[in-house]
Amino acid sequence: MRVNKSDFPILQQKINDHRLVYLDSAATSQKPMSVIESIEQYYKKDNSNVHRGVHTLGSRATEAYEAAREKVAQFIQASSSKEVIFTRGTTTALNLVASSYGRSKLSAGDEIWITAAEHHSNLIPWQQVAKATGAKLCYLELQADGSLDLEQVKGQLGPRAKILAIHHVSNVLGVIQPIADLAKLIHQQGGIIVVDGAQSIPHLSIDVQQLDVDFFAFSGHKMLGPTGIGVLYGKEALLEQMEPIEFGGEMIDFVGLHEASWKELPWKFEGGTPIIAGAVGLGAAIDYLQQVGMDQVEQHDRQLTAYAYQRLSQIDGVKLYGPQESRIGVVTFNLGSIHPHDVATVLDTEGIAIRAGHHCCQPLMKWLEETATARASFHIYNDEQDIEALASGLEKTKEFFGNAIG
Amino acid sequence: MQLDDLYRRVIMDHYQHPRNRGTMDNDAITVELNNPTCGDRIALQMRVQDDQIKEAKFEGEGCSISLASASMMTEAIKGLKTDQALQLVTLFSSMMQGQEVDSDQFPLEDIEALTGVAKFPARIKCATLAWKAMEKGLAQKH
Repeated sequence: MRVNKSDFPILQQKINDHRLVYLDSAATSQKPMSVIESIEQYYKKDNSNVHRGVHTLGSRATEAYEAAREKVAQFIQASSSKEVIFTRGTTTALNLVASSYGRSKLSAGDEIWITAAEHHSNLIPWQQVAKATGAKLCYLELQADGSLDLEQVKGQLGPRAKILAIHHVSNVLGVIQPIADLAKLIHQQGGIIVVDGAQSIPHLSIDVQQLDVDFFAFSGHKMLGPTGIGVLYGKEALLEQMEPIEFGGEMIDFVGLHEASWKELPWKFEGGTPIIAGAVGLGAAIDYLQQVGMDQVEQHDRQLTAYAYQRLSQIDGVKLYGPQESRIGVVTFNLGSIHPHDVATVLDTEGIAIRAGHHCCQPLMKWLEETATARASFHIYNDEQDIEALASGLEKTKEFFGNAIG
Repeated sequence: MQLDDLYRRVIMDHYQHPRNRGTMDNDAITVELNNPTCGDRIALQMRVQDDQIKEAKFEGEGCSISLASASMMTEAIKGLKTDQALQLVTLFSSMMQGQEVDSDQFPLEDIEALTGVAKFPARIKCATLAWKAMEKGLAQKH
């Protein structure tokens, strides 16, 4: 695979006198030099506001911003760039669907289906929609490893099921959900599917038309891009029916004293000066990923995740969560009775960065009957050496606490 | 950064054998606090008579630092006047910010072992959870 660790300047440093082993990419990935430079170049050469300037810089900025939209559309196989709305991230994208589509289309007795494994950002917006509309928030039955049994799902979704909102890849369990099959099931009931793609798009080739999803939300910063930029993909026919939720500059067509009309798609959903440099950076991240090849990325990340699962399972006292197969990107675990915060602190002194806590998934933690877990997550700059460092860090943690606790 | 700075033997001892762990069923002040970023939880109970803390107990889940700190805190405040306990909160908070504290006022004893936490910014919240619960509880009382 054509990935050089040296493409990622942040990895070229020592933390607490050790080589930095960054295993927290599910929280945010690191950025290659090309992404960092694209943002710098934009500010150095092209910075201006978009869609309004008559001057040269205004045209360059607009071109750069819209070129990024084209890149995203092509990257996810959208049928047109009108279906690509730039947002601040996955959270904003999901809130946009919930607030605009959810609140206007649902009424009392309708059903919104989610799972207990959703990130808070794909849970709370729907709780709010349910409260506002009188719709019922319902939970699909999860198997013990966090996967779904399609027959069971089929039995649960009835004619009142209007929205199925679900993660593509779980940020805790790493499970890859069968999105195309789920889309079929909800469409049979006349409902729509909203996919939280935050943890899938960094690792998997996404074809929104093949998956036949109605909405697909993701963040730039987990796929080697900068923070502050994300995307809501939506089918054009649905986006056309939806009202904006943010009003102001940039999204209007004509404005009178008492009323106004909106621009066409996608700009009607992008009130205010957009995240121009963020979009440029996201475009550069897509270029980087495509240069490597998404098939290569997926293969690498799958293999490394499987290796990590297998390697950690050899350590006495490690308890792993989620399935062994059909998983990508993350391995979540606990080490004996040692609190994951203590584990993370010991690893940090060895230069190893992992996440510890509830991972913005409190209902899932309850479902797992844990208050917190530790999570190692990967991207293309990680290798087996990083996993070995983690394994020996965990042995050290055990030794430390074993000796100290007795 | 030395791990031993953080996990001193005395902290481990409080973590392994927490003092005052449990609940009271009389009319004690009860405060429940969460650390929402990590899921740590403490339920602190204090019995206060004539502005004096007669008894303190806690229940909860958390890491070694948060549980050891709760254990030490409940030990330290038993028998203190409420205003002394509040002064101790201020002192502890300064300690967590890495400031030199004048411990002549109070015999800090085991609490001093938590000094090292100041060097681990991500863990300060773990150490202060129980103290915040105490402060909140005493504010309720007044």
